[in-house]
Amino acid sequence: MTTVEEAPANPIGFGRMKRKEDPRFIRGKGNYVDDMQLPGMLHGAVLRSTYAHARIRSIDTSAAEAHPKVKAVITGALLETLGLAWIPSLSHDVIAVLATDKVRYQGQEVAFVVAEDHYSARDALELIEVDYEPLPAMIDAKAALDAGAPIIRDDIEGKTDNHIFDWEAGDRASTEAVFASADVVVEQDMLYPRVHPAPMETCGSVAYMDKVTGKLTIWCTTQAPHAHRTLYALVAGLPEHKIRIVSPDIGGGFGNKVGIYPGYVLSVVGSIVTGKPVKWMEDRSENLMSTSFARDYHMHGEICSTRDGKITGLRVKVLADHGAFNNTAQPTKFPAGFFHIFTGSYDLQAAHCEVTGVYSNKAPGGVAYACSFRVTEAAYLVERMVDCLADELGMDPAELRMKNLLKPEQFPYTCHTGWVYDSGDYPRALQKAMDIAGYADLRKEQVEKRARGELMGIGISFFTETVGAGPRKHMDILGLGMADGAEVRVHPTGKAVVRLSVQTQGQGHETTFAQIVAEELGISPDDIDVVHGDTDNTPFGLGTYGSRSTPVSGAAVAVASRRVRDKARLIAGAMLEASPDDLEWEKGRWFVKGDPAQSKTIQEIALASHGPLELPEGVEGHLDASCVYDPPNLTYPFGAYICVVDVDPGTGQVKVRRFIAVDDCGPRINPMIVEGQIHGGLADGVGMALMEVIAFDEEGNCLGGSFMDYLLPTSIECPKWELGETVTPSPHHPLGVKGVGESATVGSPAAVVNAVLDAIGVRHADMPLTPAQVWRTMQGSPFRTDLAIQ
Amino acid sequence: MQVTMTVNGDEVTREVEPRLLLVHFVRDHLGLTGTHWGCDTSNCGTCVLWMDSEPVKSCTVLAAMAHGRDIRTVEGLERNGELDPVQVGFMEEHGLQCGFCTPGMMMTARWLLDHNPDPDEGEIREAICGQICRCTGYENIVKAIRWAAEHPATAEVTA
Repeated sequence: MTTVEEAPANPIGFGRMKRKEDPRFIRGKGNYVDDMQLPGMLHGAVLRSTYAHARIRSIDTSAAEAHPKVKAVITGALLETLGLAWIPSLSHDVIAVLATDKVRYQGQEVAFVVAEDHYSARDALELIEVDYEPLPAMIDAKAALDAGAPIIRDDIEGKTDNHIFDWEAGDRASTEAVFASADVVVEQDMLYPRVHPAPMETCGSVAYMDKVTGKLTIWCTTQAPHAHRTLYALVAGLPEHKIRIVSPDIGGGFGNKVGIYPGYVLSVVGSIVTGKPVKWMEDRSENLMSTSFARDYHMHGEICSTRDGKITGLRVKVLADHGAFNNTAQPTKFPAGFFHIFTGSYDLQAAHCEVTGVYSNKAPGGVAYACSFRVTEAAYLVERMVDCLADELGMDPAELRMKNLLKPEQFPYTCHTGWVYDSGDYPRALQKAMDIAGYADLRKEQVEKRARGELMGIGISFFTETVGAGPRKHMDILGLGMADGAEVRVHPTGKAVVRLSVQTQGQGHETTFAQIVAEELGISPDDIDVVHGDTDNTPFGLGTYGSRSTPVSGAAVAVASRRVRDKARLIAGAMLEASPDDLEWEKGRWFVKGDPAQSKTIQEIALASHGPLELPEGVEGHLDASCVYDPPNLTYPFGAYICVVDVDPGTGQVKVRRFIAVDDCGPRINPMIVEGQIHGGLADGVGMALMEVIAFDEEGNCLGGSFMDYLLPTSIECPKWELGETVTPSPHHPLGVKGVGESATVGSPAAVVNAVLDAIGVRHADMPLTPAQVWRTMQGSPFRTDLAIQ
Repeated sequence: MQVTMTVNGDEVTREVEPRLLLVHFVRDHLGLTGTHWGCDTSNCGTCVLWMDSEPVKSCTVLAAMAHGRDIRTVEGLERNGELDPVQVGFMEEHGLQCGFCTPGMMMTARWLLDHNPDPDEGEIREAICGQICRCTGYENIVKAIRWAAEHPATAEVTA
């Protein structure tokens, strides 16, 4: 019998350590929403529209109500009496909880059945008769603004078109001037198609309104429990202290679980109506067809340069398809998210972007799938444009990038659309990626292969991310400033608890945040409990998305821990009968300067803080502190990615042979977890570049409504990832760390696409580069991937 | 109808609807919620468990079809208080993040190692290719299974 080698002790602070949350998951003892069983719990199911656009003439629920196991059937008409048929969206619009007048996309919620069991609830859906008057569906974003296009949002008074917003950033005049005098101008249309985060766990909730106490508890798949609670209070008029949101283990989020879905609201209404707990858990098709999609950006990019390849200007016009309701989850002042970071990593003279949002008969959403509030689209745009320019100039894409990357001495760097990049050393990261890849040898191999008729491609992307929203003065969601609280408390025996506003969906918060406290206080992470995901037991904050947990809450935890340390110093001074000014900190203890034997450990101080020790004036007992962290700026992680592909010339099938990713997210709290985050994002990039798309036919039927149609990468499509790192700390973050959760999803799609197009020698084709699309592109006729195949 | 089967070594008998899926039987009737449900179409593999020592996607197996069979779920991987090496491997190599696909992955991994104790990377990737993970990009799952192959009789948890 073999034995496991003695594992090294966990680091008291940063470093590799196994995750504290894993023991329950590997035993099948995770606690997801669908695992909830409550006494008397009923089950809900949603009837969804079969049409993309239709007027509802009538809904007959009598047969469903007569089903022996059905307890309630809820329609939009009932919700109207409660004032809940429509609720505010996250972007100054409304969304329908249940359709009252029209259905506006296929899969929209029409009725809700509550029954004794899940199967009966589903049976009863089939007993509901809805009389629809079909209307023409508006699926093509490019046609949505045409005169005579069907008006989707006739519920908005005076609405005569499908226009949502116009928004611009940068300087139009200076950009026009730069373009007018440029040696070389390249323009390119490109689509970032509609895709879906598709976490393995779908969305769902269990709601229970206790009529005796008046307390509503919602166990919910949410990345932002506190924001949800406040929004329920604002929307439904329920008192906020009587609402408790519990976000238990979450089976992946990726942005899909930020917003409030009609199903959540319906489980609440179902519980109010029946007096019982009501569970609603969507199925996979419901998840893909109705919950937050991502992207759907139709972009026209222009890039200009000198003859020798100095990039001077960049501009883009975007048509943003937001679906039937404008429900993108992003800071209020940013209707196109952070797309205007599209100048990326390059030193240029001027830039300008215009974004127009349109309604369509598709599901609402728009900011999801690890996109960092649309930095994904921005990074794809600029990295494709740079490759198009390289093609035009006949320059190697690596050389062109190296020539134009921002230099380390330019940081902090204010870009032409207003972002202030905190820190970076871009050429070093690109060089490192090229070294790992063996770039020159790869190019040599490519030439040899081409001579033999083999198609090999090398694709590069360099990305700059902007993550960790706020600052609160610039960023809020429905008026809630994007700052997050944390509370650290050391128990009398020196163990600790840290309470967070953010909520893990697999990122390992229970480990990472314990390590932050450990680093600051010298308490073993094994002795630190991380509490999160329960609004009754955690401080307020906006939640986990946009790679903001470590940049914002990580800072809050670090500052709170330092406050604990500062308080411990005063108490240690009293214990040692020394002036606190004469004490020095060494991880885990305060000692007298010049006499290290005279010291008190944090554990001794914790006990004393709860004991009879006479505390210095102004020092309260116990050892705890809190912080609400308002980030002074975002953090700007970056990275250089290189993808190597082989394309089958006979079928168009792409094989990702290698993928090199050099990421710089500052110091890594737990390198193992950071690498895992990057691995997952790289797989996303391969999926989006090669496989994933939610397309529609002309009647508005969703063509990506199951995992048989919406293809996700498996272990076969994904290569062995080759990672590297550089470390450039953030100057403003207390720990120097930057976010990382979305970096690879943001940066990798362009590398894969650039590689495939490099292989087949074509300037552009839209994702996903399926065998059919690659084949058609090789024949000179790539198709529009957002519509049914022409 | 009545079904009787052995689940993780214990015989269970329940009255069920003929249409009841095996995944719902183990989750809702037996309370074994480690087996997950993810897609309905046999694509995602979060529902993988063993029926007569073979991995099956329990979202497309009726409970009735399991009558008289031997079912093993993730809750049955740990035996006599000792974790299966596959379970330890997933912790050692960070083979899981959100944990939702993990039970199905581990059941397939155990089956693979029972039939091929020393699989190479390609064989591991092929074995798990009918299961989707959205978090890990698969690399650490492959490493976790390799870890289990290299530590075949591990008993200790080092976490």
